[in-house]
Amino acid sequence: MPKLTIDGLEVTVEPGTSIIQAVEQLGIEIPRFCYHDKLSVPANCRMCLVEVEKSPKPVASCAMPCADDMKVYTNSPMAQKARKGVIEMLLINHPLDCPICDEGGECDLQDQTVAYGFDRSRYREEKRAVKDKDLGPLVKTVMTRCIHCTRCVRFGEEIAGVEELGVLNRGEYLEIGTYIQQLVTSEMSGNIIDICPVGALTSKPYEFTARPWELRKTQSVDVSDAVGSNIRIDTRGGEVLRVLPRLHEDVNEEWISDKARFCIDGLKNQRLDRPYIRQNGKLQPANWPQAFEEIAKRLKGVKGERIGAVVGDLADCESIIALKDFMRTLGSTNIECRQDGAQFDASEPCGWRFNTTIAGIEKADAILLIGTNPRTEAALINARIRKTWLAKHIKIGVIGQQIDLNYPYKYLGAGPETLEELAKGKGAFADVLLKAQAPMLILGPGAVCRDDGLEIHALARKVAEKYNMLRDGWNGFNLLHTQASRVGALELGFTGGDLDKMLKGDVLYLLGADEIPVNRIGKDTFVIYQGHHGDRAAARADVILPGAAYTEKNAIYVNNEGRPQLAKQAVFAPGEAREDWKIIRALSEIAGKALPYDDIAQVRARLVEANPIFGAIDAIKPATWKPFGKDGDCDKSPFGEYIANFYMTDAISRASKVMAECTDAFEQGKKEKTGTHG
Amino acid sequence: MLADKDRVFTNLYGWLGADLKSAQARGNWDRTKDLLAKGREWIVEEVKKSELRGRGGAGFPTGMKWSFMPKESKDGRPSYLVINADESEPGTCKDRDIIRHEPHTIVEGALLASFAMGAHACYIYIRGEFHSEAVALQKAIDEAYEAKLIGKNACGSGWDFDLYLHRGAGAYICGEETALLNSLEGKKGFPRNKPPFPAGAGLYACPTTVNNIETIAVVPEILRRGASWFASVGREKNRGTKVFCLSGHINNPCNVEEAMSIPLKELIEKHGGGVRGGWDNLLAVIPGGSSTKLLPKDISETVLMDFDSLRTAGSSLGTAAVIVMDKSTDIVYAIARLARFYWHESCGQCTPCREGTGWMYRIMQRMVKGEADVTEIDMLLDIGSEIEGHTICAHGDASAWPIQGLIKHFRPEMERRIMEYRQKAAA
Repeated sequence: MPKLTIDGLEVTVEPGTSIIQAVEQLGIEIPRFCYHDKLSVPANCRMCLVEVEKSPKPVASCAMPCADDMKVYTNSPMAQKARKGVIEMLLINHPLDCPICDEGGECDLQDQTVAYGFDRSRYREEKRAVKDKDLGPLVKTVMTRCIHCTRCVRFGEEIAGVEELGVLNRGEYLEIGTYIQQLVTSEMSGNIIDICPVGALTSKPYEFTARPWELRKTQSVDVSDAVGSNIRIDTRGGEVLRVLPRLHEDVNEEWISDKARFCIDGLKNQRLDRPYIRQNGKLQPANWPQAFEEIAKRLKGVKGERIGAVVGDLADCESIIALKDFMRTLGSTNIECRQDGAQFDASEPCGWRFNTTIAGIEKADAILLIGTNPRTEAALINARIRKTWLAKHIKIGVIGQQIDLNYPYKYLGAGPETLEELAKGKGAFADVLLKAQAPMLILGPGAVCRDDGLEIHALARKVAEKYNMLRDGWNGFNLLHTQASRVGALELGFTGGDLDKMLKGDVLYLLGADEIPVNRIGKDTFVIYQGHHGDRAAARADVILPGAAYTEKNAIYVNNEGRPQLAKQAVFAPGEAREDWKIIRALSEIAGKALPYDDIAQVRARLVEANPIFGAIDAIKPATWKPFGKDGDCDKSPFGEYIANFYMTDAISRASKVMAECTDAFEQGKKEKTGTHG
Repeated sequence: MLADKDRVFTNLYGWLGADLKSAQARGNWDRTKDLLAKGREWIVEEVKKSELRGRGGAGFPTGMKWSFMPKESKDGRPSYLVINADESEPGTCKDRDIIRHEPHTIVEGALLASFAMGAHACYIYIRGEFHSEAVALQKAIDEAYEAKLIGKNACGSGWDFDLYLHRGAGAYICGEETALLNSLEGKKGFPRNKPPFPAGAGLYACPTTVNNIETIAVVPEILRRGASWFASVGREKNRGTKVFCLSGHINNPCNVEEAMSIPLKELIEKHGGGVRGGWDNLLAVIPGGSSTKLLPKDISETVLMDFDSLRTAGSSLGTAAVIVMDKSTDIVYAIARLARFYWHESCGQCTPCREGTGWMYRIMQRMVKGEADVTEIDMLLDIGSEIEGHTICAHGDASAWPIQGLIKHFRPEMERRIMEYRQKAAA
C-alpha cells in the first residue's frame, strides 16, 4: 500500500490508485476535462497537472499511479501555471458563445475558467470553426465548442460498445466525428451529453429550453424498463423538462437509456386529465362523483368471479396493493399483472427475479442468454454484461435470435431444442458452463411469452441446477422483465387470474394496462380504465379514471432484482387527474367497500404487511431456491423477438414525439424506405 | 579528426556495394555467431561499457535502456525490439544513408540487440516517404534470410530471429517512440502516456525497446572491436563516432561520420567546406535538427558537437543535423517556417500543443513582417513555457525551442522589424 504526501497531508492508498483518485480521497479538488472515473485514461487535456517532487515537469495526476514517499503539490506555482496555460489554450479556439449555449451554467469549461483561468484573452488570431455533425434526433452538436477530451469516443468504445465516434485528422484540425456521416446507433447515446464537459454535445429535445438554475430537481426512479435506473427529474413550473441519471453503482452506475431520458415529452401528449363515461357509444367528459357512481352502479350485483383486474406496466406498488385489496373485497381473485401473456411460474420469487443482481453480473464468468435481447429489453443490463466482458473476456452463449449485442458471443441455437440439449449436458457451451466458477443465465421475455412458457421456465431451472449456478452466495438464475411494475406486482401476488376469462367477464378493471389484446375484450364487458394516457385500452373503456404518471406521484417501484425504490413527485398531475391509489381508495368507499387506509403511510404499512421486502427501501432480500415451472414438452418453434421497437414500448413513449423521431431515424432506417418516405 | 580505421560506416557514401557480399567484404557479419555465443549479459555489458548513447536525439544510455528489459518472461509475454527508422526531423538525413548504403549493419545489429534483450522478433518502422530505402533494406533482410544469418537458427547460433520491415504513412509524430508503437499496432499515431514505459508494456503491451536505427547499426562494430575502442573516441560521457548531417549555406553539404565532441567550427570547415562566403558570413547554426535552439556565430565558434557541450550552450545535440545559415537568411522567417512545421505535425492529442503550436505559428507569421507588438515577443516566450513540459510527448517542447532560441539571440532583429513596420504604417 503506497504511502504518500499530498499538500502536506499523509495518505495511504490501494496499489494502482492514481494521484487524482488519492487527492479526491482527501477532498482536494483537481480540475479535469478528459478524466472520467468510468472511462479509460488518455491524459490528453493536461488540466490535472500537479507538481511531484523530484519530477522536473508537472505530472498528469490522472495517469500517474501513486508510489511510496511521493510528495505531491496540487496547488504549487508549477501546477497553477500549468492549469492557467491549459485553460488559456482551450479557450483560444473555443467560441465563447456561452450566452447561447445550452451547457451554460453546468459547463466544466465555464466553471474551471472562472476558477483557474485568465480574465481576458491574449489571442488575437483567427479562431477555428468546425462543421457540426448529425448524430440523430437526440444529440445536438456544436463541434466548434469541442475541446477534444474524447470522453464521448471512449464512452462509445467502452461502455456503449458502438465504435462509431472517433477522432479524425490531427493537430489543430482534430475533429470528433463518425467519418462516414452515420448516426450514433446506441440505446445509451444520450449519456454522451452528460459526459461532454462543454456544450459540444447537448440534448436536442431540450435545446434552448431552460437554464440549470431555473430547474427544480427531484430524485426519482425510471419506469421505462425494469432496471429501475435512478434518475433526477428537472422541472420548471409544472413541466418536466429533462431527465438525468443519478449515480447508483448497483443499478445503473451513472448511465440511463435513451428511452428513460427522452420519452418525457410523451408526458405532455394524449393525457387523460378528467374522468370520462361512455354514453351512447361515445366517451363523454364527466366529473369524479359521476364516474364513481357509474362504476358503483355497474358493480352492484355482479359476482366476484365475473370481475377481473389487470395491472399495466407503469403501475406503482401502492396502487397495485390498493387494487388487490379492492378486488378481494369484491370477492374476486381474477387478478393478473402479466398482460403480455407471459407464462412463467409466479409462485416462487427465485423464479422471477434477477437473482444475480445487476452488480453481480460483474462477478460472472460465463453467461447464457435465452430468448432475450438485453440491448432493447434492459439496455443497462446489457451495458453491465459488456463491461464484464471487456474486463474479463467472459464466455457468453446465446439461444434465441442472432442479434448484435455489442459484445461477441457464441451462438448456440434458436429455440427450446438447444436448451433441452444443454439441460442434458450436450452441446458446445456445456463445457464452458461446467468449468465456470460463477455461471449465470438470463431467461428473457422472448422465451416465456409463449404457450409453453411454464415448461421453458422449468427447463431453464434444470439448466441452472445442472450447471451449478446455485451455490453459496451465488444465484445464477435470472428472469428478465421489461416492465417497471412487473416485479412489484409479483411480489404483491397480483397473479392467478385467467386473462382470457377476465377479458370476457362482466367487469374488467385495467390499471394502466395497455398491452392486453384489446380486441379480445368481450362485447358486453364493462371496462374501467385507470391511467394517464389515452393509449390503446382507454379507447375501449366505458369509464376512464385519470391517474398520475410516474413523475407525478410519490410511489414505490420494485426493479427486476427485487429492489424497492422510491419515486418522488416532481410535478402535479394535469387537470383532475389524481394519484392512483387514492382513486382506488375513493372508489372503494363509493362502492361500499371502503379500504382501511387514508394516507400514504398507511398504504405503505399495508405494503410491508403484504410483503416484508417493502420495509427496506433500496435493499434486496435474496430469494431462497425452490423448484418452479412445469415439466413437459416444449414447442420447437424458435424464440421470438419481444421488443420490435426499442423506442416505443409503453404509453408514455408511444405518445412521445422524440421517440417517434428516433423510431424513424433508427428503426425505420433498418428497413428499406418506400417512395412515400420524405 | 576521426581516423579512417575508426569508422563504423565505411560505405556511407555508397561508393561500394550495399549487397551482402560487399558488406561482408567490409567486415559486416564477421564472427556474428561468436558474438552471440558470448551471451546476452556480455552484449549488454559491452554496450554499457562503450558508453553508447541513443542516436535518436534524447541521448539516453543504450546499455542501460537494454538492461530494463526483463531477463526472462514470467507471464509468457514475448519481448520485442522495435527500430525507429522514421527519420523526419528537418535537416536530418543520416539514417537514410545508413539504410541505403549500409543496410547490413542494421540487420546484424538488429539480431545482436534482439538477442541481448531476449526478443525473437524485431520490427523496423521506416518512414513512409523512404521508398527506395525501404526497398534497399528489404533486400538486405531478404539476403540475410537467404544466407541463414537471420530466421530460424540465426547464424547457426540456435537463436530464432525474425525481422520485419513496416512502412509508416508519413506522420512526423510517428517517430516518437510510443506513437510509433501505436502506429505499428494499426492505431492512430498518438503518443502514449508514460508510465507504463515500453520496457514494461510496449508493443502489444509486451516488453519493448525502441532504438534509433543508427544506435542499432553501430552495435556490431562495438562488439567486434570492443567497448574500449568505442569509448576511446570523444569526450567523457559523449563517446564514440556519430554521423553528422551538414546542410544549409555551406559549400559542401554532406553526411559525415566523425568523433563525438568535434568542434562545430571544425566540422563545418573541414567537412562542409566552410560557410558560404567565409566564416564571417555566418549568421547562426541550428546544431541538432530543427527542434534544437539555434546558436549565433560567437557560440558556434567554440561549441563542441556533443550532448553536454551543446546543453551548456543552451541547445542540444538532437540528431546532430547541423543547419548552417549565413547572413542572407531571413532568420525570423526561417524560424516561422519551423513553427509552421510543428503546428502542422502536432498530433492534436494534448491541449497545449494542439492549440499552442498554431498560436505561435500565427504570431511568428506576423513577426516576419513586424506586424506585431513588442510585448508579443515576451508573450511568445510565455506561450512556449505554457506548452513546454505540459504535454504527453516532447513535440510540445520541440515546438517551443526554436522560437525560444530565436528570441534569445535575435530579439533586437525582431524589435527592429516591429519598429520599421510601425513607422511604415504611420507614414
